[in-house]
Amino acid sequence: MSGDNLRSEKFPVGIASVGLAEIERRIPPDEPPPLPVNSALQVIGKSTRRQDGRAKVTGAVRYTVDIKLPGLLHARVLRSSLPHARVQAVDTAAAARQPGVRAVLVIAPRDAIVRYVGAPVVAIAATTPAAAEAALRQVRIDYATLPFVVDLDTARRPNAPLVYQAGEQPSLAIAEIPVASGLPLTGNVRGPETQGSRGNIDQGFAQAEMLVESDYRTQTQTHCCMEPHAIVADWRPDGLTVWISTQFTAGVRHELAQTFGLKLNQVRVKVAAMGGGFGSKSQLGSYGQYAVMLSRQAGAPVRLVLDRAEEHLDSGNRPATSQHLRIGAQRDGTLTAISLVEYGTAGVGVGAGVGNFAQALYTCPNFSSAQNDVFINAGRGSAMRGPGNTPGAFAMEQAMDELADKLGLDPLTLRDRNDRSPVRREERRLGAARIGWDRRHAPGADPGPIKRGIGMAQSLWGANVQTNAACEVRLLRDGSVEVLSSVQDLGTGVATVLAQVVAEEFGLQPSDITVRIGDTDFPAGPPSYGSRTTASVTPPARSAAWQVKQMLFRQVAPTFGVAPEQLVVGNGQVGVRNDPTRAMSLRAAAAGLRTDQLSVVASRSDDYGGFRRRMSDAALAQTDLGGVQFAAVAVDTETGAIHVERVVAVQDCGRPINPKLIESQVQGGVLMGISYALLEERVIDQHTGHVMNADMEQYKLVGVRETPSIDVVVLENYQGQSATDAYGIAEPANIATAPAIANAVFNAIGVRLRSLPMTPAVVLAALGSVPQGS
Amino acid sequence: MDRFSWQSARSPTEAATLGNTTVAEAMLADPALSAAADCVVLKAGGIDLLDLMKEGLLRPGRVVNLRGIPGLDSIAEDAGGLRIGALATLEQVATHPTLRQRYTALADAAESSASPQIRHVATLGGNLLQRPRCWYFRSAAHRCARKGGEYCFAFTGENRYHAVFGHDDCAIVHPSTSATALVAFGAHVELTNAQGSLRTVPLSDFMVGPAVDIMRETDLRSGEVLTAVVLPSMPASTRSAFLKQAEKPSFDWSIADVAVVLDRAADGRCQHASIVLGAAAPVPWRVPHAEAALVGQTIDATVAHAAGQAAIAGAAPLRHNAYKLPILATLVRRAVLQAAA
Repeated sequence: MSGDNLRSEKFPVGIASVGLAEIERRIPPDEPPPLPVNSALQVIGKSTRRQDGRAKVTGAVRYTVDIKLPGLLHARVLRSSLPHARVQAVDTAAAARQPGVRAVLVIAPRDAIVRYVGAPVVAIAATTPAAAEAALRQVRIDYATLPFVVDLDTARRPNAPLVYQAGEQPSLAIAEIPVASGLPLTGNVRGPETQGSRGNIDQGFAQAEMLVESDYRTQTQTHCCMEPHAIVADWRPDGLTVWISTQFTAGVRHELAQTFGLKLNQVRVKVAAMGGGFGSKSQLGSYGQYAVMLSRQAGAPVRLVLDRAEEHLDSGNRPATSQHLRIGAQRDGTLTAISLVEYGTAGVGVGAGVGNFAQALYTCPNFSSAQNDVFINAGRGSAMRGPGNTPGAFAMEQAMDELADKLGLDPLTLRDRNDRSPVRREERRLGAARIGWDRRHAPGADPGPIKRGIGMAQSLWGANVQTNAACEVRLLRDGSVEVLSSVQDLGTGVATVLAQVVAEEFGLQPSDITVRIGDTDFPAGPPSYGSRTTASVTPPARSAAWQVKQMLFRQVAPTFGVAPEQLVVGNGQVGVRNDPTRAMSLRAAAAGLRTDQLSVVASRSDDYGGFRRRMSDAALAQTDLGGVQFAAVAVDTETGAIHVERVVAVQDCGRPINPKLIESQVQGGVLMGISYALLEERVIDQHTGHVMNADMEQYKLVGVRETPSIDVVVLENYQGQSATDAYGIAEPANIATAPAIANAVFNAIGVRLRSLPMTPAVVLAALGSVPQGS
Repeated sequence: MDRFSWQSARSPTEAATLGNTTVAEAMLADPALSAAADCVVLKAGGIDLLDLMKEGLLRPGRVVNLRGIPGLDSIAEDAGGLRIGALATLEQVATHPTLRQRYTALADAAESSASPQIRHVATLGGNLLQRPRCWYFRSAAHRCARKGGEYCFAFTGENRYHAVFGHDDCAIVHPSTSATALVAFGAHVELTNAQGSLRTVPLSDFMVGPAVDIMRETDLRSGEVLTAVVLPSMPASTRSAFLKQAEKPSFDWSIADVAVVLDRAADGRCQHASIVLGAAAPVPWRVPHAEAALVGQTIDATVAHAAGQAAIAGAAPLRHNAYKLPILATLVRRAVLQAAA
């Protein structure tokens, strides 16, 4: 955004509950004027029901699994029941002869290595799902078994079975998580990645007057999307159309074009309603490729929907970690050194680090980090709601709590001393008041077996922006308005948010706006990962709407006999500023248009104050997103049961556009955090390599009785950075919950739980109540 | 899931005639043969049956639906006790006023199971006959001892949810919370055969541990239909309590549960006590030592604590499940105090 035609504008800046100021920014000429603060707006900042809410709760909404096409075939995948084996022979001849079979795809041919239970081997498309399954039962595979390892600790031992032999390379491609290339592979350990280290760590620890040092462990969590991974692929001579449950239609289009040698204009990707993704639907995925290959082979559309076991085994997961954290501080709490050594496992994949949490949350001059991927014979990890930072926060925020305890400082005071973020400072103040922090008592103070406690933890997440993101706004001749973008709604309600932003600009109501999204025939929108959707697509939406409005003003200005700049919209009308007698309905104004529609495609401008860092299609805003959560728990010291009674979540997302939807995202993040803290864990049998709980029964998810009262407090934080000044929320809301609960448990019982999930077994063991097993 | 045919039985004897195997037997059949139409199984609520079929563990040729048999879901007074038709749902059991008042532990046990949706469909009979939830047993890839294989994978594997008592060569726990309470009340089951004759057996005998037969959990025989559960008449002074601990309060299996039935004399001394542990052993596990700790005593915190400790004496926890012992002891103590309150 160089050039002389930048114009100066004054933007509101600051946290509304603290105090607002103005900042002058130079912005490009086609950007709309600054939005005032929410209290001065009609639609933005007001809770609005999601447009598809009724359809969702009544079951009327259509998902990818509901897509029916003439001649549709159904695909199923045969998967390895061995954790590590070389394929010696694949015989699909009998399977291919089964009734209804239309296409057979050998995924792991002779000499291929399967590296985990659930690894795909053969896919078959047939006229019914049952026919496909029956055919798969006729496939004969000869395997030569290989030694395997399925747990992090064993895999690190020098004599452990190797997941990748020397010369074999794990794939480094993973959406959303930056993975350094060129790291050494020693045994099953790839790393260390030492990025982010700074200062002199030895000197830092030498200056320390107090030290905390511990190991923390976090488990493998699976995404458990309500809607499974699903695709319908329709390969035709003139191009490929794909319906897929995805967090990134435009990205999948590129992947398809590249994978199948097609031009972008031959590929169309559509997504119906989605039932969650949480990072696991960021890419086409291997299953998506199989569906397209089967469709190409059969000359017919192919539907492939993973079942619940496949979801657990082969659709991604949050890697398990083992973190050794050492923190040095002066007596007053000033941090002098933080050292993190981490080993994580993303199964056969990479990306098991713990992000930049320990590195970036606190001001500490000396920091060293060594993060390692450890390969095991298990399904590949992927991004999952706050990847890296969520397990990272579990360790770091407990270590801070422990440090505060040892220094005799209030945990909030320790944060005040080391956290420069004004956002989190305000969030701590608001949250502490809401939870009743001053009622907090010493550990174990309650009489009787039930001990109550309050704890808090903080979160850090980059404010991501997709710079390659566009949106079209159309004003039609009857005054109706359409918004179009390939952006997808993975369940957050982005269509409603777009309607609000555009309605505000036209002086209409959200219900007046039709939003068409989830189709690459529309301008390419952003991905819905990294909590960047709102930040990336609402500014171009507003920009396009504002530009359309200027076009309208220019066309109708002569009617009013005023200059276009004199015109304003409001309450469904176009009129002359400060003259209520001179107005006409938007509908009437549009009827006079020279053409059937006014249309503008706008793309995301750079943040007005610039970015902190820029990647190819994306960027990081100057300021991170801060969050602070407080948890109140009751621990039954005789049964080990932890009951979370209340969570106060104070979160920042820049300018809140729809508080109701934001609250719903934060509640979801907190619930997922409680589930991570207390329940979820993928369990693999050491002797057979099988996941024992690849279901929704023994893989335990938070339910209605585990749902506490959740107070969501959303900051209004203006930075003057874009046409809407809005940022993401979904991931930040997940990060602080588990450590806040762990810190509350410590406050309740005086014992620190350093591994997840915090089940009754873990609590009782920590309390010394469990007799030694036989 | 393979295709199967469907038939509705109109009477218990018709059902007993149509059915030619038990689920446990059918699961032992050669998987290649069992899909044949000659395997006919009975279905009540169908909750467990459907699970087994979806898991690929059971491939019946025909399913005989019992739900249409008239009167088999009634709960009625019977010779001072109570007769619960096998098709009564867990929801009926949980909410029946007499059960709530006189057999409180049973109503609470039924109410503690599964989810509201499932309790409205699952039957008491099906609940008693369900197969265990052991994840090795439920995995088609693991041919465990209970499925005719050689090993119990749980002994050396992931055994956090497994048995701490009575695990002779197989470490399953019986999953039914209602069974815990029914055994504590000394309930009987009534079985009807094709000729219409009845066999009535104490539930505690009907449930068999691995030492008796490792491949089934009950003494249900082919050609029999479980038609009723009979609760004996209890003295008016009887009090009972049921407590369950799971990893989560909503929709989860017990990691430990306990039913306590007490009868106290006019002077307050306990003259009869029945204490049964659930999710602790392959069968509902009665703990006579704990009962003995109560009989003749005035129940207070000390006595209840002693009963709790006695209940876990002799336990043989596996590598990952010793945590169950303090929970079981706690639940026994609390349930005793609750029943005596």
